[in-house]
Amino acid sequence: MIEVQNLTKRYGGHVAVNNISFKVEEGEILGFLGPNGAGKTTTMNILTGYISASSGVAKIKDIDVLEQPNLAKMNIGYLPEQPPLYLDMTVREYLDFMYDLKKCKLPRREHIAEICKQVKIENVYGRLIKNLSKGYKQRVGFAQALIGNPPVLILDEPTVGLDPKQIIEIRSLIKSLGRQHTVILSSHILQEIEAVCDRIIIINKGVIVADDKTSVLATKYSSDRRLLVRVAGNHDEIFNLLKRVPNVVNVTSFGEKEPGIFEYALEPAEGCDIRRDVSTRIAARNWAIMGMKSMEMTLEDVFIALTREQYVPAGNKKGGR
Amino acid sequence: MGAVFKREFRAFFTSPVGYVVLAALGFFAGLFFYAANILGLSSDLSPVFSSMFTFILMILPLVTMRLLSDEKRQKTDQALLTSPVSLTGIVLGKYFAALLVYSLFLLEMIVFAMIIAFQVTPDWTIFLGNCIGILLIGGFIISIGILISSLTESQLIAAIGTLAISFVLLLMDGIAYQFSNYKILTTIVNFLSISSRYSNFTSGIIAYDDIIYFVSMQALILFLTVRVLDRKRWG
Repeated sequence: MIEVQNLTKRYGGHVAVNNISFKVEEGEILGFLGPNGAGKTTTMNILTGYISASSGVAKIKDIDVLEQPNLAKMNIGYLPEQPPLYLDMTVREYLDFMYDLKKCKLPRREHIAEICKQVKIENVYGRLIKNLSKGYKQRVGFAQALIGNPPVLILDEPTVGLDPKQIIEIRSLIKSLGRQHTVILSSHILQEIEAVCDRIIIINKGVIVADDKTSVLATKYSSDRRLLVRVAGNHDEIFNLLKRVPNVVNVTSFGEKEPGIFEYALEPAEGCDIRRDVSTRIAARNWAIMGMKSMEMTLEDVFIALTREQYVPAGNKKGGR
Repeated sequence: MGAVFKREFRAFFTSPVGYVVLAALGFFAGLFFYAANILGLSSDLSPVFSSMFTFILMILPLVTMRLLSDEKRQKTDQALLTSPVSLTGIVLGKYFAALLVYSLFLLEMIVFAMIIAFQVTPDWTIFLGNCIGILLIGGFIISIGILISSLTESQLIAAIGTLAISFVLLLMDGIAYQFSNYKILTTIVNFLSISSRYSNFTSGIIAYDDIIYFVSMQALILFLTVRVLDRKRWG
């Protein structure tokens, strides 16, 4: 659905996007994650035809954005970081204008009414945009992107500046849109991407540093597979027991965390799940497990590790990417 | 182009700009009409048209200052440039919207002509020539205004820049006079002079080369505006 090959954008000597390539399949929700200034917006602006790439190819539905811009743009709904709203218009006038601008062929009244219902702006339909709250403005921007029912939606930080309730609403809206549209969503907020996206591309300083399924990413980049357990009982006896559990390579004690409760970190042999063995053995001695959790890296740790200053992506080490 | 045209035209009248510009033009035209035609007992509207020349140069920058600079400042250009509309369509839509607002002022001139027609038959060809001339000169200033407005994000700079160019154009004949010793310079300055071309229209001469001059200059300036917008995408 979306294809990007060796895309580069230079601003004078500054390279905003450096030779990135990726593909997005139909119906996928792709999260674009990176710190501010990583090149997310630049990539999105190139995809939507707002700016041109210095080199490389961007294709929407196999249509080259540079060669057939108008045809490609027909297939895209774009919500920029700051929604492109004419403050002197009412919501109704604005959506009518965008409908004309996008040369939409769907039945006008029904289509616009349906979108308004979808993004819940029916009650402000007749009001001037400049008098709307930020949340409503963002939704009007969303409505604008949905006009013409484009197969591809590109959303640049769609929840920035919204209150928590609105954020949850917008997220569930994006999720529901993902069923009929291919969505690219950018954010520097990790939880957002984690909550909404099927796949994540982490971008830093114009380079893709990770590209994988949301669920895979955390485990793939996690070097820490340790298990943290809290057990109530005798410290030394527990320690010795844990050491004897099959497939446990190493045990570290963290001492008494609560009165009579001790914490240990267990390192399993690679690819082994030791949780069942640990719990049955402790239960057999009539001790109690007060807590057990895996110490694997959260997505946040992965993100921080990948976007650290010194980090060189795996592909670049080989000189590949 | 149609959508941009419609929005721009409406925007002139949802803000005070359209009303203020038309009121100002109307006020001055009325003043000159009263002085030259009512008090002066004349049936010739040409003095009104030629006196309006300076005021048009001063007022039109206010019409065009917002057109592209504000899009950039409010980031609404992202909606325009990511829509399936060509840059030429966007620029022409804005140009024609401004031209239509401006030409509404001609309605007042038609009313003046009607008032005169009650008494004597005015010279309709001279009136027609005046109308064509004032439309061409307005379109010329509007196209310059759109070009300047594409270069900046500030409405104020766009207005002042256009005003400055308008004044240089106004003073062109004086400048030509200063250079009367240098034949080439005089030729160039005279070529650029719009006031002598405009005065042809007010005296009833509708010459093809004047029309072609104004139309082609506008086309060239609008083309440059499209290039400015396009260059920004490659920046």
